[in-house]
Amino acid sequence: MNSVDLVIKGAKLPNGTVSDICIQEQHVVDVVASFKGEATQVIDASGCVVLPGLVDLHTHLREPGREDAETVLSGSMAGAKGGFTALSAMANTSPVADTAGVVEQVYRLGQEAGYLDVFPIGAVTQGLRGEALSEIGAMADSVARVRVFSDDGHCVSDPLVMRRALEYIKKFDGVVAQHAQDPQMTVNSQMNEGIVSARLGLKGWPAVAEEAIIARDVLLTDHVKSRLHICHLTTAGGVEIIRWAKARGINVTAEVTPHHLLLTDDLASSYDPVYKVNPPLRTEADVHALREALADGTIDIVATDHAPHPLEAKECEWQEAAFGMLGLETALSIVQKTMVDSGMMNWEQVADRISLAPARIGRYAEQGQMIAKGSFANLVVINPTKSWRVDRDLVLSNSSNTPYHGHELPGFVEHTFFKGKQTVINGAVVSKGAQQ
Amino acid sequence: MRHLLSIEDLSKMEAISILDTAHELARVSDGAVKKLPTLRGRTIVNLFAEDSTRTRISFEAAAKRLSADVINFSAKGSSVSKGESLKDTAMTLQAMGADAVVIRHSASGAAQRLADSQWMSGSVVNAGDGTHEHPSQALLDAFTIRKHLGLGANDLEGLTVAIVGDVLHSRVARSNVLLLSKLGAKVVLVAPPTLLPVGVESWPATVSYDFDSVIPFVDVVMMLRVQQERMVDLYFPNAREYSRYFGLNAERMKSMKQGSIVMHPGPMNRGLEISAEVADSARSVITEQVTNGVSVRMAILYVLLTGSALEAGSN
Repeated sequence: MNSVDLVIKGAKLPNGTVSDICIQEQHVVDVVASFKGEATQVIDASGCVVLPGLVDLHTHLREPGREDAETVLSGSMAGAKGGFTALSAMANTSPVADTAGVVEQVYRLGQEAGYLDVFPIGAVTQGLRGEALSEIGAMADSVARVRVFSDDGHCVSDPLVMRRALEYIKKFDGVVAQHAQDPQMTVNSQMNEGIVSARLGLKGWPAVAEEAIIARDVLLTDHVKSRLHICHLTTAGGVEIIRWAKARGINVTAEVTPHHLLLTDDLASSYDPVYKVNPPLRTEADVHALREALADGTIDIVATDHAPHPLEAKECEWQEAAFGMLGLETALSIVQKTMVDSGMMNWEQVADRISLAPARIGRYAEQGQMIAKGSFANLVVINPTKSWRVDRDLVLSNSSNTPYHGHELPGFVEHTFFKGKQTVINGAVVSKGAQQ
Repeated sequence: MRHLLSIEDLSKMEAISILDTAHELARVSDGAVKKLPTLRGRTIVNLFAEDSTRTRISFEAAAKRLSADVINFSAKGSSVSKGESLKDTAMTLQAMGADAVVIRHSASGAAQRLADSQWMSGSVVNAGDGTHEHPSQALLDAFTIRKHLGLGANDLEGLTVAIVGDVLHSRVARSNVLLLSKLGAKVVLVAPPTLLPVGVESWPATVSYDFDSVIPFVDVVMMLRVQQERMVDLYFPNAREYSRYFGLNAERMKSMKQGSIVMHPGPMNRGLEISAEVADSARSVITEQVTNGVSVRMAILYVLLTGSALEAGSN
């Protein structure tokens, strides 16, 4: 090959080899030790790591309905900044994404934004009410080709409804992504139930309310031979159940959020609702169990649960505040801090947990590909030795509820490429319409 | 000390100095003219976003005896009950020039939110936040115990206090466990297991489910109010069974130690957690708690707003 559009020179691939990556239009056309030909554009990435573009399986984009908190466009820009080339838009919008019309709208908004792929997640039940199944087939066969179904924000708590959903999605090679939270055990719950909640007088959200649902659902999945994904696992006990289920051959996958890999429930002592999230921040012991499980593969993926909220939803008393925190722009840095810099995972494992595996679970065929000749040029170039300071006033999200304001984090996203187009240049997101 | 939000923030010395100041101020309340000019020209707002007539009146009396101007801002009929945010309320109070805000709120942490925010600059006194803390109640309880059983020392070393009832939902219990243990007393929590928080093992107190085995050994029995609604949430089967195991009645009172006292933060459910005979008995110091409440709240406002304390025996 003598002439290509772009060459990324001297970057370290996930497997540790230093290579030049040649890109022509939408694809990687060669990966060589040293590219000698002509290139229209050359990016020097020496000292950087290049990963396949990140894939988030759990994003709240708020559109339609709460465009004051986030839009598909603002969320896409935040995602690109964080190194993502695909997001999965959760169904709890207004109207709920429980029909082909809504998922196609969200899918189209993603395409119009053009920063990354937006894959809508369909609701399991109509209106997220946990009663009647939504139009799963219509959503699966729509332009949006929905494969992930979730009532996230709500648990599919009725065991019979869960069983039927698990059975029905088999026709579409789908997966139910369960928000594991027993509703009766967590009425008005505010934070992890334990030593800190006892002291603060905030109503507890016990670990067992998560673990009981996970246990039930892996057994149901085994019984009907379907496919289950557990959203935002937070407890050491939940990890044990997933480990047991996988050993038994049950087709279950699990995710952990960056915040549950780093933050603990004692942060609630400030009563600052920026730390209020559902499921709640847990204990140090849980954090350690989650990190180990992510490293050994018991937990398959990192997903952000990016949950934007307007200022007034957080500038209030703890119990009045909304649950949720931003995640897209900081996810990779938190993973580096907790998993790579601690020596628990290498970059190859990072690529698997936050790109390859989530794309596999979501059936996103053009995403999460190993960087090789012929793969789609979905790439993120990160400088792992450069740190940056999080500033909530500078986030690209329409909301500012990041729990990391003022934190110095390692790992800086220098460049992001979405199907060959550069969406982030030297850490700056290209303006809309100017994507190269 | 700028705010009083939680007993956790108080050192033992600070707590004792509030009690000593209250002791000195109590002498004013005993005099013919019950008023000091200390806080003349200062404005204190009682922000009561939750009903509590007795605590509000107690703080109001305390502020007035120190000659402060008092504004009552209560839930019913105010903007608080019309959905105005805590932030907007705080900024309104700031604009009115409040030197201190005494806040009662149904949300745990509301007082701390007010103090930590940039919404207002005055002192914040927590007059009860959700199921978190009620520090002025604990201080008046400690004051009352010290007065009766203090053995001449300025702390509560050597005393044992049983706190009995709905510990899970009680801000009075949380503040008292922290303060009484800080002052050297041993604290025993007595409650059905359903009404103790998960995590109680980390508190500086021991736990018992058996009231009868605890009663003979304690110097103070502090009864907590039990709300009838708790039955609906399955915390105990019915009021009779609760009373049988955890109520303080005349029969149980017989096994109390000589000289020991009975306390209750009020309002009481006579016949549920405490019988009328006990509430009105010679051991009961319940109305005295109310009297002491005013002196202790005077001391809190005095210390926060003047930045100084009164020493025991000063004039």
